Amino acid sequence: MRPVTNEDRAPGPYRLTEEHEMLRDAVRVLANERVAPRAAEVDRTGEFPEDLRRLLADHDILALPFPEEHGGLGGELLSICLAVEQLSRACATTGLILAVQELGSLPISIAGTADQQSRWFPRLASGDQLIAFALTEAEAGSDVAAARTTARRDGDHYVIDGAKRFISHGSVADLLVVFAVTGTDDARHRRLSAFVVEVPCDGFSVTRLEHKMGIRGSPTAELAFDGVRVPVGNRLGEEGDGFDIAMRTLDRSRPGIAAQAVGIAQGALEVATQYARDRRQFGQRIGDFQMIGAMLADMDAGTEAARQLLYKACVEIQAGAPDASRWSAMCKLVAGDTAMRVTTDAVQVLGGYGYIDEFPVERMMRDAKITQLYEGTQQIQRLVIARALLGKGG
Amino acid sequence: MRIVILTKPVPDPASGGERLLPDGRLDRANSAAVVNGNDEYVLEKALKLVAAAGEGEVILLSMAPANAPETMRKALAMGATRGVLLTDTALEGSCTWATTRVLAAALKTIDFDLVFAGVDTSDGGAGVVPAGIAALNGLPYLSYAAEIEPDASARTVRVRRISSTGYDVLEAGMPALISGTQALGEPRYPSLKGIMAARAKEITTLSLADLGIDPSTVGSAAATTRLVGSTPPPARAATRVIRETADVAAGEIVAFLADRRLI
Repeated sequence: MRPVTNEDRAPGPYRLTEEHEMLRDAVRVLANERVAPRAAEVDRTGEFPEDLRRLLADHDILALPFPEEHGGLGGELLSICLAVEQLSRACATTGLILAVQELGSLPISIAGTADQQSRWFPRLASGDQLIAFALTEAEAGSDVAAARTTARRDGDHYVIDGAKRFISHGSVADLLVVFAVTGTDDARHRRLSAFVVEVPCDGFSVTRLEHKMGIRGSPTAELAFDGVRVPVGNRLGEEGDGFDIAMRTLDRSRPGIAAQAVGIAQGALEVATQYARDRRQFGQRIGDFQMIGAMLADMDAGTEAARQLLYKACVEIQAGAPDASRWSAMCKLVAGDTAMRVTTDAVQVLGGYGYIDEFPVERMMRDAKITQLYEGTQQIQRLVIARALLGKGG
Repeated sequence: MRIVILTKPVPDPASGGERLLPDGRLDRANSAAVVNGNDEYVLEKALKLVAAAGEGEVILLSMAPANAPETMRKALAMGATRGVLLTDTALEGSCTWATTRVLAAALKTIDFDLVFAGVDTSDGGAGVVPAGIAALNGLPYLSYAAEIEPDASARTVRVRRISSTGYDVLEAGMPALISGTQALGEPRYPSLKGIMAARAKEITTLSLADLGIDPSTVGSAAATTRLVGSTPPPARAATRVIRETADVAAGEIVAFLADRRLI
């Protein structure tokens, strides 16, 4: 056997590739010039920004998650997260347009056949259509397997009955990936199956739009399915695969939310830093007061730490790490908590000005909160990490 | 229309963290690098000319250490067709003269109608390499271009050269070498599609052996110039920001400049 040399252990360059930097910079310029000026209005009106969705489509940002053979750009997880981060730095609602497009398409990437992918991916990659991920129900949040929406086989169709709640883009999506109970199997994790539902269609309706604290331009819908007929060919994977598809989807989608959180934190840090340079009290810049300087330093260090964990998680997950769930949960946990802390501190640095809508930090603080809640609460992330550490137990 | 762009990686002015070797020369392997700013302007012009011609290639030619951060990818993402990287450890520390000679030799391996170079680089700043290459290779040299208008059928190119009083209009036969200025027009941002497409574009490398150049005639040992010292620029004085309304601010700015006899 050949001895292990230092060369074998030499790591690759521990930095983004030039391609990643270019991609990040291209999205950053677009976010600064076209997205940031719209962010306050999107928040105030609570309307889905169709213009920004079109902007992302026109600049091929929505094409990032899709393979080249279906009109996408074949971006890997890190590229997608760099784009979500830069968009969210300007506007969390806009960052979510890409993150949800990825979330919704992941079940098709993971379990869809080549035929299914070629049916749906081209219209998603072009940005002409949006897709949403319909898993959560009023009584099945963290406890995914408790879903009650059913899909009954009827010849070459399934008939879906039930309701989904807290579905991001549920009212603006053209395609929905709906998780419904098909089995009576005693094994809880084999009860669910996943279906692609093309809407609008008979029996489908949007029954409520939530009034939210943050990400106010991103519609969060309650959806009703009353005898919705879906061809068997729209089922993803086999009957009973749904829970597994959902969990594998979340392993890959949580970094998108971590990217949103890092972007929000970075945006707040930049506003707070600029304010601490400009604002003078007692004859000096407030940033030169140690208490303010220390807050900014902690905000910067925390944001950078969350970002590095996110990038590392992306690379590990993309490489097929066996502990993808752990990486995914860790980066969402750290980034979400960091975004909440950094945005809260940003409001503090701005004082009274931070609490009013003349500055964007109060919006960023409200937007940050969702990153601790969705795609698994922070408590669920800790559960996932602890299980990975301890094993399932006996 | 085949256009070669002479492009150079230079320290990233935004990073502000270029590193120097113990002898004071730039540590290119460990300094963040970008495409030299002026090169992006001539690249933009070349991309527009090739697009207008409806056919052709934009070929990048660069001399850089193999382990330096790669900047050619950005030029490819902007739309250049392919790259040729001249790299050889013996080239380290080469002076302007050696650089000119090896680039001139490398250029001879490529078929082209025109060669564009930025008018100078933001690191060395000598601004003589393009002229030297033109002289060595017997190419017409058109400098300080603010506009470049090739006529493919007549095999000529017309350049508006910036002069102290306006423009000189120069014309030469093709092939020719042109150094261009920022008056050529703002370079584009690479699109996402361009960035991802750049992955599949080819960068070929050339070594001194490929060009038949004796390594002992280049590099720091053979350099015709020597760095005797370097000092960082003095720190900038504090900035004064005038926040008055426009009419008051204009008066203050005029007074400030007048005080210093600048107007």
